[in-house]
Amino acid sequence: MTTAAEIENKGDKEVVELQNVTIRFAGDSGDGMQLTGTQFTNTSAILGNDISTLPDFPAEIRAPAGSIPGVSGFQISFSSRDIRTPGDEPNVLVAMNPAALKVNLPDLERAGIIIVNSDSFSELNLKKAGYDKNPLEDGTLSGYRVISIPLSSLNANALKELNLPKKEAERCKNFFALGMMYWLYDRPLEPTLKWIESKFLKKPQIHAANSQALRAGFNYADTTELFTTYYRVRKANLSPGKYRNITGNEATALGFIAASQVSHLPLFYASYPITPASDILHELSRHKNFGVKTFQAEDEISAMGAAIGAAFAGHLALTGTSGPGVALKSEAIGLAVMTELPVVIANIQRGGPSTGLPTKTEQADLLQAMFGRNGECPVAIVAPATPADCFRMAFEAFRIATMFMTPVFYLSDGYLGNGSEPWKIPNVDDLPKIDIKFRTDPEGFYPYLRDEKTLSRPWAIPGTPGLEHRIGGIEKQHITGNVSYHPENHEFMVRLRAEKIARIANFVQDVEVFGKSEGKVLVVGWGGTYGAITSAVESLQEKGKSVSSIHLRYLNPFPKNLGEVLSRFEKVLVPELNLGQLQLLIRARYLVDAIGLHKVKGRPFKISELTEKIEELL
Amino acid sequence: MSDNGHQSDKGSAVLELKRQDFVSDQEVRWCPGCGDYSILAQTQKTLPELGIAREKFVFVSGIGCSSRFPYYVNTYGFHGIHGRAPTIATGIKASRPDLSVWVITGDGDSLSIGGNHFMHVIRRNVDINLILFNNRIYGLTKGQYSPTSEFGKKTKSTPQGSIDYPINPLCVALANEATFVARSVDVDVKHLAVVLTQAAQHKGVSFVEVFQNCNIFNDGAFKHFTEREIREERTINLEHGKPLIFGKDKNKGIRLNGLKLEVVELGGGIAEADLLVHDIHSPEPSLAYMLARMDYPDFPVPVGVFRSVAKPTYEELLEAQVEDSITRMGPGSLEKLLHSGDTWVVD
Repeated sequence: MTTAAEIENKGDKEVVELQNVTIRFAGDSGDGMQLTGTQFTNTSAILGNDISTLPDFPAEIRAPAGSIPGVSGFQISFSSRDIRTPGDEPNVLVAMNPAALKVNLPDLERAGIIIVNSDSFSELNLKKAGYDKNPLEDGTLSGYRVISIPLSSLNANALKELNLPKKEAERCKNFFALGMMYWLYDRPLEPTLKWIESKFLKKPQIHAANSQALRAGFNYADTTELFTTYYRVRKANLSPGKYRNITGNEATALGFIAASQVSHLPLFYASYPITPASDILHELSRHKNFGVKTFQAEDEISAMGAAIGAAFAGHLALTGTSGPGVALKSEAIGLAVMTELPVVIANIQRGGPSTGLPTKTEQADLLQAMFGRNGECPVAIVAPATPADCFRMAFEAFRIATMFMTPVFYLSDGYLGNGSEPWKIPNVDDLPKIDIKFRTDPEGFYPYLRDEKTLSRPWAIPGTPGLEHRIGGIEKQHITGNVSYHPENHEFMVRLRAEKIARIANFVQDVEVFGKSEGKVLVVGWGGTYGAITSAVESLQEKGKSVSSIHLRYLNPFPKNLGEVLSRFEKVLVPELNLGQLQLLIRARYLVDAIGLHKVKGRPFKISELTEKIEELL
Repeated sequence: MSDNGHQSDKGSAVLELKRQDFVSDQEVRWCPGCGDYSILAQTQKTLPELGIAREKFVFVSGIGCSSRFPYYVNTYGFHGIHGRAPTIATGIKASRPDLSVWVITGDGDSLSIGGNHFMHVIRRNVDINLILFNNRIYGLTKGQYSPTSEFGKKTKSTPQGSIDYPINPLCVALANEATFVARSVDVDVKHLAVVLTQAAQHKGVSFVEVFQNCNIFNDGAFKHFTEREIREERTINLEHGKPLIFGKDKNKGIRLNGLKLEVVELGGGIAEADLLVHDIHSPEPSLAYMLARMDYPDFPVPVGVFRSVAKPTYEELLEAQVEDSITRMGPGSLEKLLHSGDTWVVD
């Protein structure tokens, strides 16, 4: 915990004010850790803290109880200052069993706080976690402040009067733990009590049990002598406005709905369930009153094909998936390039290759988006930088797709998709315009006659009299769109399609430099690494170091000023959660000796990993 | 969508449409003598009679000889990729139920590379017309066996004979509870036109298998029952409400004997009343399945409509969910949506 700014006394317990706290909740997949973390997050957000979260869960739905693979975690950082990452090292670890302790202990800060459920440290559970001796007793944790609490029995005791089956009562223990943490960090119970009430409206017994467990945990912490101090993190100084907490996947879904509303075109979402993109399907399927149609396809290829069909028919067509799904869609994406139809392909990236690490984050699909198709097959690529930024970039993906009649890749990732932060809700009237003009005039109509500025072809949808025409995957004759095998025409069309994508750069924002516009080191990032990079660069700038950063939201084409910005720095560092994909593109395009910093552990960068590398270059 | 120039459901005038209106300016490039010509001609003849404006038709195809079809019909058309036409068609029909969507496909396109989509578009009962040109060979890739080629067939890729057991497209369609299943033959143009019209008029997925002769790579694949002089002896035309009778002299029929079909001769104690009466509306598809399995020489080859039942379509159900959501929740307000959930204000 960073600094104790002021100390005051309240009753017999002391309150210590902190700027920033990072807690990790960890337990079995069935222990409700994601729920606990989310509740703590929402309460902290409503309290006015800046927050950033990192859920970390296994691909197995319920791995054997107590086992190492079954450990599920949720990290939240909350602060009275502007924060951009869920924190490098947790200050507090809440471990519901030995396996959770074992998995998460290495990440905990030195001398950090460990709160454990001592009831779960049975011989069997210790064995499952691979502990020969009980770490609570053998000195393993001597460097930490350990608060060992018989959580299960305290919880069971608190719920005694409800006469629940033992298992049911045990399932409430996460709320007991949450209640304790609310006391410890001076948060109100009301938001969670309200949530429990609405969630278990039809199950009065579960409602009562969970609320009681939450209160009991809070009261226990208040009375026990184990806690002599509690902590307070004041409101953050966020810019004025109305906020809500939002995950990247939620923001993505809302961005797509917003694009549909602004363009007055119904949204058609075709998708095959895949981690970590399925939440977008769930979210969109709840909003059919916006005219949204969701189609759960039989496979990834079908989802892409249906999106293409809907685009041809005049809808805002969208498909969403993760890397393995993109691999399957590739041929059809080529068809969308050839037929020049506006389709957005959302790739919520995860660890690869193949099935890889389904629930872990990675940024290794950039080159797949860029080149992963047969033939010369350029598409536009955009990427959000933070969970809240997903809204803006999802919207932007459709603005570009419809303006240029092209498929657009939207590259989010598991870290952004599942992570959350406060989102300043935008004013609907301030959203950019998406002007859709279907062609209706048969006079002078040709399916591949292009707009002079954007090179886009007309969107002529079925049902329009006099515009009957045929498109397909075979090479098109310039202007007429008829099948053509002519060698000169083919080369012309290949170059034209490339030029069309290149011209998108004329219609997107230049990249902005964070810090001085010239200097020793420029850090170039994209996607979910924004928070860590910016925090690292900012802390070095505060120390007077000559380092700046830029964050690319447009990856194809690059913003027009990128080359010029790169040229003003002595060294260029490209940190990525891959083995150097943006680095490769930047080197190839600008002949800059870009240096890479690569991490492929299924986890985001720590700020410290970045500062270390930047300092090495300074 | 009216503010985007979207057309109303009425469409342009339909009464004066003629066959010629459905002929595109593209030169037809199938091999001379190909059975596809006949199917194209019958389709172009059928379309003006459906009472649908020309701009409301969309022809979607995959890859293969037959899949060039959309280029030759002067409607909206989409030449897709191999096996995926049903997916594109689903996207079109689900988003725009006002359109008349046709899928033109072949045996390789639908039953090999596109088998999955074929199955699912049928089971969902998307209201499209799915016309499968079955020539039992890969033509466009110049003569390899297809999933409907007979066992032991010698082709370029199977010099010792194919060891694949063939698939029966009608059975696949019926197993997936297709609401309309029919079969016709390229050379029987009158029959073909009738079947195509019935398929177009059916609401829900309409599956039509057309035996189509590839005169280059599989010439005569069907002639042992389609040649004029033997056709009546070796095929049977399924007609709703009528007993299953065939033969030049209308003297043979199909009878249900226990759980098996059998060919019987009329007379000598067997009357028309003993024969199976064809019922295309039977909700139970098992009899249709048994009929679909009849093949020469043990049985006459059945053509006509096997099944035609009513069932809500995918796009109807989808629209209904949208409507229901609007009724329950009111039309979506973006402002409200963005401000939903727990919010707080920072001054």
